Formats: sequence, C-alpha cells, structure tokens
Amino acid sequence: MENLLEIKDLNVIYKTDEAIVHALNGFTLSVKKGETLGLVGETGAGKTTMCLSTLRLLPDQVGEVVSGSIKYRNIDILKASKKEMLKLRGAEISMIFQDPMSGLNPVMRVGDQIKEVLNLHFPDMSPKDKDARVDEVLTLVGITPERKDQFPHQFSGGMKQRVVIAMALVAEPKLLLADEPTTALDVTIQAQILALMRELKEKFDSAMVLVTHDLGIVAEFCESVAVAYAGEIVESGTIEQVFARDKNHPYTKGLFNCIPDLTSTAPRLTPIPGYMANPRDLPKGCKFANRCAHCTEKCMAAVPEMQEVAPGHFIKCNLFEKGASGQ
Amino acid sequence: MIKYTLRRILLMIPVIIGITFLVHFILMISPGDPAQMIVGPEATLEDIEMKRHELGLDQPQVVQYLKYMWNALHGDFGTSWFQSFNVMTEFSHRLPYTLRLGFLAIIWAVALGIPLGVISAVRHNTIVDYALTVLSLILVSAPAFWIGMMYQVFFSLNLRWLPASGASTWRHYILPALSLGGGVFATNCRTTRTWLLDTLRSDFVRTARAKGNKEVTVVFKHALRNSLLPIITQIGVNFSIIMGGSVITETVYAFPGIGSYLINAVKAKDVPIVMASILVVAVIVGITNLVVDLMYAVVDPRVQLGGK
Ligand SMILES: Nc1ncnc2c1ncn2[C@@H]1O[C@H](COP(=O)(O)OP(=O)(O)OP(=O)(O)O)[C@@H](O)[C@H]1O
Ligand SMILES: [Mg+2]
Repeated sequence: MENLLEIKDLNVIYKTDEAIVHALNGFTLSVKKGETLGLVGETGAGKTTMCLSTLRLLPDQVGEVVSGSIKYRNIDILKASKKEMLKLRGAEISMIFQDPMSGLNPVMRVGDQIKEVLNLHFPDMSPKDKDARVDEVLTLVGITPERKDQFPHQFSGGMKQRVVIAMALVAEPKLLLADEPTTALDVTIQAQILALMRELKEKFDSAMVLVTHDLGIVAEFCESVAVAYAGEIVESGTIEQVFARDKNHPYTKGLFNCIPDLTSTAPRLTPIPGYMANPRDLPKGCKFANRCAHCTEKCMAAVPEMQEVAPGHFIKCNLFEKGASGQ
Repeated sequence: MIKYTLRRILLMIPVIIGITFLVHFILMISPGDPAQMIVGPEATLEDIEMKRHELGLDQPQVVQYLKYMWNALHGDFGTSWFQSFNVMTEFSHRLPYTLRLGFLAIIWAVALGIPLGVISAVRHNTIVDYALTVLSLILVSAPAFWIGMMYQVFFSLNLRWLPASGASTWRHYILPALSLGGGVFATNCRTTRTWLLDTLRSDFVRTARAKGNKEVTVVFKHALRNSLLPIITQIGVNFSIIMGGSVITETVYAFPGIGSYLINAVKAKDVPIVMASILVVAVIVGITNLVVDLMYAVVDPRVQLGGK
C-alpha cells in the first residue's frame, strides 16, 4: 500500500544555552494509509520530536531540522510554504499532545475550541452545521453536548482528554499523531479512550501513529510497530513479526524482558542495564552499544546498516548483517 | 459580584483609616513644630503656645487624628495652616490637573507599552527586542527627576518645541505626561513581553498552532488573552506608581496638581493638606485595585469572586 507519511534520515537538534541536543539522528519511518503504527521507545528517544517535526512545530529558535526529508503524500513538509502548512495542520494531519491537562485553552469554551478547527478548515460550512458537527463529535467521544459551553477547568482529566481527541478528529484528518494519549489517565479510562480512538480512526479511515511506552497497548491496538532509540528507529515491522520474538534488535529484546510475564517462572524482570546515550554527546557507532551484550568493535566504529530480516521487518543491528548467522 | 464589590468597598475603610493614621502619626512625631514655623522666629513663647492651642497641637495625637477624621467625614477638610485657605477649595482646583496628567501618562504607557511588549515577545531575541529592552532599561533605571529635566533641556530649551513648566495649554501636558509615564511604560513593555513569551511556550498555544491557526491568531486570540491577568494587575499597579510619581514630576514641571502641593505641605508640616492628599490618593488607589480584581472575573472564567 502507498505510504502516507515518509520520514527519511531526519536529523533534528535542539540548540540550548549549554549544548546542542541531538534529538533525532537519521530517523526513518513510514506510515501507510489507514495504518495504525505503534511508536515505542524510552523517554528522550525523540518520539515527540518526530511528531512536532512532521507538523513543523518544533520550538521556535531552539529546535531545528538539520537534514533529511519528511514527505506527506506528495508534499515535501520541510519545503512547504507557511500557507500550505496551515492547511495541513488540523485538517490533514492532527496531533494529540502528550499532556492533555494543559493542552486546552483555559479561557475558551470547550465547544468553541472544537469549533475553531471547523472555522479554520471548513469556512463554507454554515454556523448551524458547525454546531451540529461539534455536538456530534462530542457525543462520539462520550461527552454530552450540553457541556460544550463549559470551560476546561470544569472538566476532569479524562474528559479533557476526550475533548482533545474530539478536537483532533473533528476535521477527519488523514493522519493522527497521538503522542502518549493515555499516559496521564488511569488504567480503566486508558482502555476506554484507546478503544474509542480505534473506533473513530476506523470510522474516518485515518492512519495513526500511536506513541506509547506500553508494549501491551501496541500489541492490542496497532498493526505495525517501530522501536525508537536515541533518535533513530532501530527496529520496525508488523506486530506479528516483532512480537514473534524470533528476530529482534537487542534493545527490543530488552524491552520485552521488562514486561512481567505471568506464565514465566523467571523470578524477576530483567531491566536493560545502563542509560540511554547522552543526546548531547552521542557515540560514533551504534547508540545502544554501551548497553548491549553483543557489542563488537564494529558496533563501536560505525552506525550499523538497516537490515531487512524478513519482508517488511527491519532491524538496525550488525547481528543481522547479510551473511552473518543471526542468533 | 455586587455583594463582593460591597464587601471590598467596606474593606477599604480600615485600610484608609490605617494609612491616614500612620501618616498623621509620623507627621506628629517627626521633629519640627509647625506652630513655631507659622508664628516665625521672632515670636514669644506665649505666641507659640497660643498658636499650638489654636491648631489643637496641645492635644494627644490620637485625639487630633480623631477630630480631623470626624470633620473630614462631614466634608470639612480644614484650612491650610500656613496659607489659611480652604483645603477643599484648593483641591477642587488642583485635583483635575493631577488626574488629567495621571490619565494621560497611563494611557500612553499602556497604549504603547503593551503592544511593544507583544512585539518584543513575538520577535524575541531580534534587534527590535534588544532595542526595546535597552530603552526600557534606561526608562526604568534613570531617576524620574533627571529624565524630567533632560526632557526640559532637550525639548524646551534646545528644540523649543514644548513649554517647560506650567499647565495652561494642552501642550504643557506633553512633557510631564511623557516623563511621568516613562517608568510605567517600560515595566508594561517588559512584563507583557515576559508573560506573553511564557504563554507562547505553553501547551495550549502549541495546540492552537497544531489546529492550523495563523500566528497572528495564535498570539492575539489564544496567548494574549491568557496573559491578560498579570497585565491587568500590572495596570493596577501602574496607578499607584503614577500617583506616587506625580509628586516628583509635578515639582519638576511646576505643575499645579496635588503632587507638588503635597510635597510643599510635607516640608512645611501643613497637616490638613497632607492628610487630604493622602486620603485622595488612598481612595484612588483603593478603587483601582478593586476595579482590577473585578476585571479578573471578566477576563478569566476560572476566577470566582466572592467565595462562599
Ligand atoms: N525544547 C527542548 N529543548 C532542548 N532539548 C529538548 C527540547 N525538547 C526535547 N529535547 C530533548 O530532545 C530529546 C528528545 O526529546 P523528545 O521529547 O522527543 O523525547 P520523547 O521520546 O518524546 O520522550 P518522552 O517519552 O519522555 O515523551 C531529549 O533528549 C530531550 O531532552
Ligand atoms: Mg514525548
């Protein structure tokens, strides 16, 4: 199927007063039409940075795309005009931000915040239709339309998150970037919200990048998965390929070992030793090398090539080099 | 809202009593005997005693204070000790000058300070921002009387554009208003910049951008509205600063308002004038603070006035 979003070899830095932070280092990812892709990786791996780059919303004067390309359909995001970007944001590509609590404007009525998207992208819609649409989308996310005249502080956290989702979906975007949409919520609500998002996504036939720390969520809600580590994708493939636990990047393996397995007799979880490479001072070779049990001279010398271990299953590790035995 | 307003007005009473009592107390315990100053250096002890009795200075401070307040409550603000004219009449002449000057100063300081602060924030770390920062720094840190005199030297003496003192035409207001509002303009500019920058970095502003809003809409509709609370507080503070600053500015420009009147009265220990000035200033500041608090509720839906 054709790719909706194609990120190639993207390098993004943050220029802070003390240092230059290399947030994305050769980040490559593609999302197909209608696909739900889980993006996992520990904190600081660059997941949010990738989403922001796609919308060209990196913090002004601090974040900067150094090289690489982002293609949405046939639009080159990094070269698009400001006007083109305004048309894409909210209408074609929308984003659910990491922290739902602070994502809503505190002095604007909730309904008006949703309607704003319609005002921006459907100027020809009649006011009556817009109101009806707001009511409809609120009902969809499980909020009674009577509450649209209230302000965000009158809503609970879970309800705010629903509003944020309604806002992101009201224009029926082709691509939804959901940055840990449920991390701030408790477990029962989490499942509800995710189920809701899947339902809405299917209804509107959108593709979704679901950023999460939780492999369980990925297994349940996604069709494919990409694992990010220190600003690059180290493994990607379908859920079946990656979760088969047959061929995995050592880091992905480490992630799996961090999940409690009720059937296993192993006494405890095995966390990955050490810490992620410092993005201010990255090693020359594989960024996982210092934590990897299989690390060799070669890994330290240069960044490994991406290997296609099965059709559509990619691993960026020397262990899977063509001709090597694998493991 | 009405109940809250009433309660706030009632609360102003103890504040005003406190301020006036304190000022009266300080005037009384500070050295220098007004009676002696009035009757002159040649007067006999008896003359002085008589004058003291006449002014009520032989009574305890508290009694004098209560008497003054009692009369003031009945609309009698007394007579100047030195120039023997009615304080009330004099005030009715002078207060309009001070109010006009104060309003002019605030208006330009707000009308220019806030938009320039917005520009500073939106274009932060650019030449425009740096230039405004330097200008603000000069205006805040230079003493008000010095700035006033510099304007006189430059605009009146050298360029001969504007009169240097007095208040007979509208042109006389320009220089005093300019120097009186300078510091407040600078603080408005700086605080607006700081608050707006802060808001512009917040999550909901990012959401607003992600919806596809133009940057102008993001700044004015989303960010500025949320920075309004501290900005309004700032404008409230402006009034207090302007009232205080008018003392210096009116003196520098020989401007016939209550500021210059007050400073002379303090020097001479002319108690009725000082007390009346303090009363007026306290009421004005109290009312502006109340208006500011009421504005909060209008601007921010999260603010609930009145409590239980
Ligand atoms: N505004 C910023 N200024 C400086 N550095 C930043 C900024 N935003 C992010 N970074 C750095 O960039 C790197 C990637 O951050 P990013 O927010 O993309 O990570 P993430 O994968 O989303 O993490 P998390 O799971 O905690 O949300 C981190 O090292 C982070 O410290
Ligand atoms: Mg993040």
